[in-house]
Amino acid sequence: MKTLRLVSTAIAIVILLLASMPAFADFALKGSFEKDKSIKLFFGMPVDETWATNKANYTVYEKTDPDILMPVESIALDAPRTTVTLTFKEPLNQTSEYVVDVKDLTSAGKVVGSGTFTVKKSQVSVLLGIIIGAMLINNFVFTKYLGLCIFFGVSQKKETAIGMGITFTLVMILSAIMCWALYSFVLLPLNLSFLKIIVFIGTVSIFVQAVDTILRKINPYLFKRLGVYLVLIVTNCIILAVPLLNADSAAGPFESLSLGVGAGVGFAIALFLMACVREKLEVCRVPATFVGLPIAFIVAGLFALAFLGFSGLSIF
Amino acid sequence: MNRNLQLIWNGLIPENPIFRLALSLCPSVAVTTSVKNGLMLGLAVVFVQVFSSCTVALFRSYINPRIRIPAYVLIIALWVSVIDMILPVVSPAVYKEVALFVKLIVAFAIIISRLELFASKEPFVPSFFDGFGMGIGFLFGLCLIGAIRELSGAGTLYGFDVLGFRPLLVMILPAGGFFVIGFIMAGMNYIEYKLTGKIPSAGGAH
Repeated sequence: MKTLRLVSTAIAIVILLLASMPAFADFALKGSFEKDKSIKLFFGMPVDETWATNKANYTVYEKTDPDILMPVESIALDAPRTTVTLTFKEPLNQTSEYVVDVKDLTSAGKVVGSGTFTVKKSQVSVLLGIIIGAMLINNFVFTKYLGLCIFFGVSQKKETAIGMGITFTLVMILSAIMCWALYSFVLLPLNLSFLKIIVFIGTVSIFVQAVDTILRKINPYLFKRLGVYLVLIVTNCIILAVPLLNADSAAGPFESLSLGVGAGVGFAIALFLMACVREKLEVCRVPATFVGLPIAFIVAGLFALAFLGFSGLSIF
Repeated sequence: MNRNLQLIWNGLIPENPIFRLALSLCPSVAVTTSVKNGLMLGLAVVFVQVFSSCTVALFRSYINPRIRIPAYVLIIALWVSVIDMILPVVSPAVYKEVALFVKLIVAFAIIISRLELFASKEPFVPSFFDGFGMGIGFLFGLCLIGAIRELSGAGTLYGFDVLGFRPLLVMILPAGGFFVIGFIMAGMNYIEYKLTGKIPSAGGAH
């Protein structure tokens, strides 16, 4: 009896959903980014091939600059003739919104009408893209070569590497947010953006000093574990590079936060991987002239080669 | 030898910032895909090092030792801001490639360590030569790595086609920089071992 009621409710819900779906009279206007140079349009009905492959029927521009039209290089229609992939000469900026105007859509020989597609990534996927990008694809240590001093300095033991990784990630996230707030609420309104280097380095060192003092009073145990790394963080270039990159790309608060998270976690991963190898290196027979830093550099080079493999990665 | 010349020589080879002291490694891997980039960043570092050494040497009696580190950082940041405004005018094309690292000179350990170890204790003239020597040593290191990587990776030298083919593409990829520095460091260790009979311990951690 109970299952019967459940099934009938389910059927009712499905019928309701179907009824509430829009009729296909005006075609479904949905588009998405494909690779970095192409946009995919879903028409929801088969379209005529001669119409679909004519470049003059599509007008594409970025929503912020409607005057600059994007030239379409090639058009591909899939087998059921419902999806069209437009490929452009220039790579698209996937964090912004694009508008595709379609003229005189023709289906089965007759004109159905014109329409407008908006192609945009959802905020979540943009942010996840930034995090994954900073963590793996453009790992700050292995492909941007930042923070190498600390990277070679504290990667001798796994334990210190983990401590440094955690401390660094936390400080990185907080200082990225703080520098973003200072930059967009103080420096930009006052037209002082040329002072950003001085302001950012000052902010980071004051913040680190403050954390050091507060942690020493509030949680001496944690301070004992992480305190030594705090001082080192100021000399790490990643902590300064992230706010500078954010300022240059005019990133919003969430983008700044994601870049901070990605950079911090990416650095922690790199540090941990390196520490694992260097612990093993201690018991290996390394040629005498290579002992110490030279062999560490070669290992880092091998890691960098491995991280090149992430370069084609695009999940979101 | 004259002490000033001695100071310059010291920065160039015996205490070379990159290969001996192992300080400021980030730019030495990052911008050395060509000689031109290395030269430009090296000149920027010479400028910042010389001017901040001189500034600190002049004001060393006025800076309270308890707040010396923030004071040094601000002095360096000042001169970095100056060079960051000069470079894009002098050479816009190269600046585009090294822009981030010019700004990051603030965080280069070599500069602040020279201020702490030398300029805060010595008068103006030796500080000038020490800063100049360290800067030149850094410039030398960047150009050497840049030359090796550009020649083996792209077959060119300072933009001119020398070899006509690309022997080792990996050298201008991210990984190449690490390999080149590792091998140069090992090579310098080997030379020192042949000359003095003992292996020098590699420099400071950062």
